Amino acid sequence: MAVTQLIGARVQRREDPRLITGHGRFIEDHTLPGLTHLAVVRSPHPHARILGIDSAAARALPGVLAVFTAADFHKVLSGSMPVTPSFAPEKKYVPERFPIAEREVCFQGEPVAVVVAQDRYLAADAADLVQVTYEPLPAVVDPEVAMSPGSPLVHSDGPDNIGWDMTYAGGDIEAAFGRAEVVVKERILQQRLAPTAMEPRGVMASYSPYDEQLTLWLSSQNPHFIRLFVSGAMGIPESRVRVVSPDVGGGFGSKISPYPEDYLVPAASKLLQRPVRWIETRTESVMTTIHGRGQVFTAEAAALRDGTLLGLRLTQVLDLGAYHGTFGAFQACACLMSGGVYRWEAISARTVGVLTNKVPTDPYRGAGRPEGTHLCERMVDRVADELGMDPAELRRKNFAREFPFQNNFGLTYDSGNYDGTLDRALELSDYQGWRRRQASAREEGRLIGVGLSTWVEICGLGPSAPTAAATGGIALVEAAQIRFLPSGSVAAYVGTHAHGQGHDTTFSQLVAETLGVPLEAVDLRHGDTAEGPSFGYGTYGSRSLAVGGMALYTASQEILAKARKLAAHLLEAAPDDLEFTEGAFTVRGNPQAKKTIQEVALASYGGSLPQGMEQGLEAVSHFDPPNFVWPFGAHVCVVEVDRETGAVEILSYTGVDDCGNVINPMIVEGQVQGGIAQSIAQALFEEVVYDGESGQLLTGTMLDYLVPTMNELPTPKLDRTVTPSPTNALGVKGIGEAGTIAASAAVINAVCDALRPLGIHHVDMPASPDRLWRLMQEAGR
Amino acid sequence: MIPAAFKYSKAGSVREAVAQLREAGPEAKVIAGGQSLIPLLRLRLSQPTHLVDVNGVRELDYVHPEGDVLRVGALTRHSTLARSELVQRHLPLLAEMAAQVGDPQIRARGTLGGVFAHADAAGDYPTLAVMLDATIVTDRRRVAARDFFQHLFTTVLAEDELVCEVVFPMAPGPHRYLKFRRRLYDWAIVGAAVQKLDSGWRVGLTHVGPTAVRAAAVEARLLAGATFQEAAGAAAEELDPPSDVRASADYRRHLARVLTRRALEQAA
Repeated sequence: MAVTQLIGARVQRREDPRLITGHGRFIEDHTLPGLTHLAVVRSPHPHARILGIDSAAARALPGVLAVFTAADFHKVLSGSMPVTPSFAPEKKYVPERFPIAEREVCFQGEPVAVVVAQDRYLAADAADLVQVTYEPLPAVVDPEVAMSPGSPLVHSDGPDNIGWDMTYAGGDIEAAFGRAEVVVKERILQQRLAPTAMEPRGVMASYSPYDEQLTLWLSSQNPHFIRLFVSGAMGIPESRVRVVSPDVGGGFGSKISPYPEDYLVPAASKLLQRPVRWIETRTESVMTTIHGRGQVFTAEAAALRDGTLLGLRLTQVLDLGAYHGTFGAFQACACLMSGGVYRWEAISARTVGVLTNKVPTDPYRGAGRPEGTHLCERMVDRVADELGMDPAELRRKNFAREFPFQNNFGLTYDSGNYDGTLDRALELSDYQGWRRRQASAREEGRLIGVGLSTWVEICGLGPSAPTAAATGGIALVEAAQIRFLPSGSVAAYVGTHAHGQGHDTTFSQLVAETLGVPLEAVDLRHGDTAEGPSFGYGTYGSRSLAVGGMALYTASQEILAKARKLAAHLLEAAPDDLEFTEGAFTVRGNPQAKKTIQEVALASYGGSLPQGMEQGLEAVSHFDPPNFVWPFGAHVCVVEVDRETGAVEILSYTGVDDCGNVINPMIVEGQVQGGIAQSIAQALFEEVVYDGESGQLLTGTMLDYLVPTMNELPTPKLDRTVTPSPTNALGVKGIGEAGTIAASAAVINAVCDALRPLGIHHVDMPASPDRLWRLMQEAGR
Repeated sequence: MIPAAFKYSKAGSVREAVAQLREAGPEAKVIAGGQSLIPLLRLRLSQPTHLVDVNGVRELDYVHPEGDVLRVGALTRHSTLARSELVQRHLPLLAEMAAQVGDPQIRARGTLGGVFAHADAAGDYPTLAVMLDATIVTDRRRVAARDFFQHLFTTVLAEDELVCEVVFPMAPGPHRYLKFRRRLYDWAIVGAAVQKLDSGWRVGLTHVGPTAVRAAAVEARLLAGATFQEAAGAAAEELDPPSDVRASADYRRHLARVLTRRALEQAA
């Protein structure tokens, strides 16, 4: 069957019919004979000593099988939950973290005991009956308070609350500021966010004592890492642990790191010798799934009067929560990317990781890059504001234009065309038209603002040397395995994990195109450690196509190389005399002499192979990229602020992005739209709020934690430019986080632009009506 | 998100419902649409021992115009009120409010009587009832709306008493209800309702205190010939609004003034 161009085609997502008709199989859809149900007893206090746990009443409830506390879990679990070096390799204080508290609880929601019962209702009832006696201890939830001398200690046996304190020096910052003709300063908040995947977390475990096999079903972005961590903690050989991460209803980074329940559920299964399942409630999710962002920046930017940017000096105070997230220090990449798309003489960035009595923070869609972009784009706008320059003009004046471009911290941007995306975004958004409308609106006393965000990101984790150092051993390359079965159908396994990204479609397009087989012949599989390559590295950091897709591509190339030899043998020609087009090998100059790849696949299982060739047609390949990849783009947002109520209405939103070559434009657009939505959510709606006095979570339900709906979000105008990546053979970059990285700065720059006539120069997120009203009240005084 | 255990019974009539409530004791609750009760059960903020399901009490699902009043049965759903030609003709402000409750699924389930019995400060209908002097009819008595709501989530209802009907005066004149909210499906951070009657304007406010408020000072100023702007300036007088993560008390007072003026402008 002839195959037309699949790469670049708007192929409908092949996973959708199953998912949108309710036939997805998520954790709660999986069950086992004799399944038991686990509920977690959690600390209501942000910080307290555990004086005693009385579980008698819970145990007495009919249908309750067990109540376990730390003492029980020490029998089957050992070690501390993992913390990677990431971008802060020299840590000052890393508190030990056992998956369940023993003597002291350090955040609201920390597990104290678990109950296992015959059904979920009984487990919840019994959890309510477990009596824990606490002695409340002083707590601190504000990272700036926590880092100051005399603060309450987050862990009563800790030296202080400083997880790390280091400075990235990129150039001679004193010299840059010494030449400055204008310096602007700002304090920029990145509020905590709750990732809010549609499917909360969930774990089902079955431990078989006779053969010492553990099977875990778990809602995860990277099942192989979970296998590594859990097998280590439980002392079970990695080869005897199978982790299955089936359909996963969203992750956004919150399902990368291991969680206490990932250990407690299999441990409970081993203690009870019964299968056990735990499904996170939405309340637990907001309280105990990692939070994202949670940073306070102070920044100064130096420039010349003509708009030439000179230096950027900043401090990032990163609210770690009560423990380091496994990849928490990844968020320090905000510092490394704070220069954005511009040429700076020097950047100096200090990052301080501070412990607080709150749930840990960890990567959340963008993970440091939205924060770095927001900071940079706010500061650039502040400089333009100070100089009275058009922000588009100031950006153009300072764009990096020669690629590869090395930024102040030695990171090498592989390719870019920042003028191209900006020009197109200004045109598509009718930037000049909006500037005219803005001027006439201002005369009527209306507050219209136009905001830009020209962004770049580091993604495609990543090259083996830096990523192995960042994880403390395992390089974040990717593995793929492709097999032709005798019938000609293709099974492709990849170590990434799709949880909304559409990999089943994109990767199948890639494999079908490369191998010249029909799309329907390709079966794309992932998420089960029992099949495919020995290790998979997961999906996060917009890496799946640029690294995992490349692994599939290189595996395909290995298969084609073998198939060519076999086809040459079958056609009695020299391998170099064969052409491979539309899924068939033909002898150059003799199109009648032809073998389709599927015919070759069948022959590969037969008896007439060339001498020395083994049977079968399959390959395992690892792809170790030579660099990260560097998508970029330009977004334009237009808002109107209601002068009376402070309400923000988005009048227009435009995004022009460049992620290199595109496999499936429809999926790329969906990713950009979703990313923009999630970033507008940060700019205008979402915020995790803890009470400063009591340390209690105040936004514990979806009523108070404001995830916007389609009613509150604009339909963005989208376009693309295509600047292929030189980093990989496909010329692809990543797109999963682009919208999230770009949009918050565009929205807030627009809000600030709207409020400029009132003398307001900066607004923090979320730019909620009450916050804007207060700012306008203060400005009016 | 797992409710505690409770007993459950179905009632087919008002008499049955009251009898079941009486038998089940003081910790029983009525469930109709479940708009507010189900979330409270799931969060275990409410742990009734028994739920009496009144969804089968068909006799309470009606809209009856009668003389100069509109009688609305307690089991009437928001979606019914929003679509009802009778409501649109005789009390269009009620239809306007009903169309703005929650999302389509909630409007298909939630009931008028449930809103009154639950007495949430952010409920919309209580504002209309208080400002128009509606009457709440239970299985045993008639109570003026201004006397019915006592405090946050607190009414004069006895433990075994059932809301059966609300009697509104007909009011077909100019009207408007403005809800200030962050998301389309949210409750109002503040709501302002205005209704022109032959005797003058009636003005009510939602979520500016523990119960719905009739803004008598605004009404008086309007009657005395004040402009909308001048009259709305009195909307926050004597208010004691809550402060929460959505809005400070000051901001709610400010919104009360702004929304009242806008509602008057848009209604007229």
